[in-house]
Amino acid sequence: MYDFNFAPVLAAFDQLLIGAWLTVRLSCAAMLIGLAVSIFCAWGKTSGPKMLRAVIDGYIEIIRNTPFLVQIFFIYFGMPSLGLRLSPNSAALLALVVNLGAYGTEIIRAGIESIHKGQVEAGWALGLSRAQIFRYIIMKPALRTVFPALTSQFIYLMLNTSVVSVISADDLTAAGNDLQSATFASFEVYITVTLIYLALSVGFSALFYAIEKMAFKYPLSR
Amino acid sequence: MIRVFGWNEFLIIVVAAQWTIALSAIAFAGGTIGGLLMALMRVSEVRAFRRFATGFIRLFQGTPLLMQLFLVYFGMNIFGFAINPWIAAAVALALHASAFLGEIWRGCIEAVPKGQREAATALGLRYYHSMRHVILPQATRIAVAPTVGFLVQLIKGTSLASIIGFTELTRQGQIINNATFSPFFVFGTVAAIYFLLCWPLSLVARRMETRFSRATAR
Repeated sequence: MYDFNFAPVLAAFDQLLIGAWLTVRLSCAAMLIGLAVSIFCAWGKTSGPKMLRAVIDGYIEIIRNTPFLVQIFFIYFGMPSLGLRLSPNSAALLALVVNLGAYGTEIIRAGIESIHKGQVEAGWALGLSRAQIFRYIIMKPALRTVFPALTSQFIYLMLNTSVVSVISADDLTAAGNDLQSATFASFEVYITVTLIYLALSVGFSALFYAIEKMAFKYPLSR
Repeated sequence: MIRVFGWNEFLIIVVAAQWTIALSAIAFAGGTIGGLLMALMRVSEVRAFRRFATGFIRLFQGTPLLMQLFLVYFGMNIFGFAINPWIAAAVALALHASAFLGEIWRGCIEAVPKGQREAATALGLRYYHSMRHVILPQATRIAVAPTVGFLVQLIKGTSLASIIGFTELTRQGQIINNATFSPFFVFGTVAAIYFLLCWPLSLVARRMETRFSRATAR
């Protein structure tokens, strides 16, 4: 029978926490920037010029049909030949934003398309400006409708960050890898790391629930 | 001596796609069995089954696929098996697929109107027969589109098996890149092959989804 030995893992627990902190920061930054990209692309896809729509469509299809790992390799190793050289952490952030942007656009577009046309017309009739209509009549109800889908995508993104360790960004998985090669307690290290990820996804779910409660107080009208 | 990225290197990468396809097929086959089991446990009347399946699905949906691969890979050693990236990748991906397909299919089973189940009971059908002849055939129709959609996710997921040393498409790309040092073309090629594998499936899934939503809207 195998003897589990968690002592070396617990002794270096702070290293894992430092890695987890980068995972949290990376995820939050990618979510915020990715959300902005998604909203822009969703606007472009629903009401932008034709050229822009084609470009956004291509972007979405390419990102959604290739693995995140390959996207990271392409950005980190491939882009320097086009003159874009990034540190591992910024390459990781860029890859995550690009990835979330594609999925988020489709989610938000579905929300925008669920807004009844009469709502927008009512906004015009009330004399609201274009920006006001987009913000209050389209985006706010749309975001609320798709919020659950958006949060699962966010959680998925957070779990996906584990892949950035392959380009030696120093996230939680990378901290786990370091600890693994220092202690050889592979199974114990990765059990601990997995549990930290589980705690993070539970934590993020709770956070999104709180945000939902705060941001969308008024009742859902149909 | 640095090799040039030429026709041969390109072909080596293309041929490696067979391992991606094989791994996806095995994981999908395993995931189908496990997923059906999970879905049935999730809607079971036995509380212990429901709890187990819920826990299993939460665990696999709440942790990164990469960690699942690592745990199976290093766990094999602990349970007395020789470490083998092939088997580890297949087992981990099959478990991963079981959890996701289980959750997708639970939704499909629950989407079958309740009256169908009640009618089956009223006709005197027991659990097995009402599932086999009434609920599952209808749930299957609903399930096809999201299942094909998940298959795309699974094919992309197999790329992570490269990290535990399984030589499939992505790993072969890395190896060729190390020899030729033209990452732009190598990973461009790798991405293009994944795209050719996944895009048709995405289109089929989307088409079936719109057709289905139009059929149910009527």
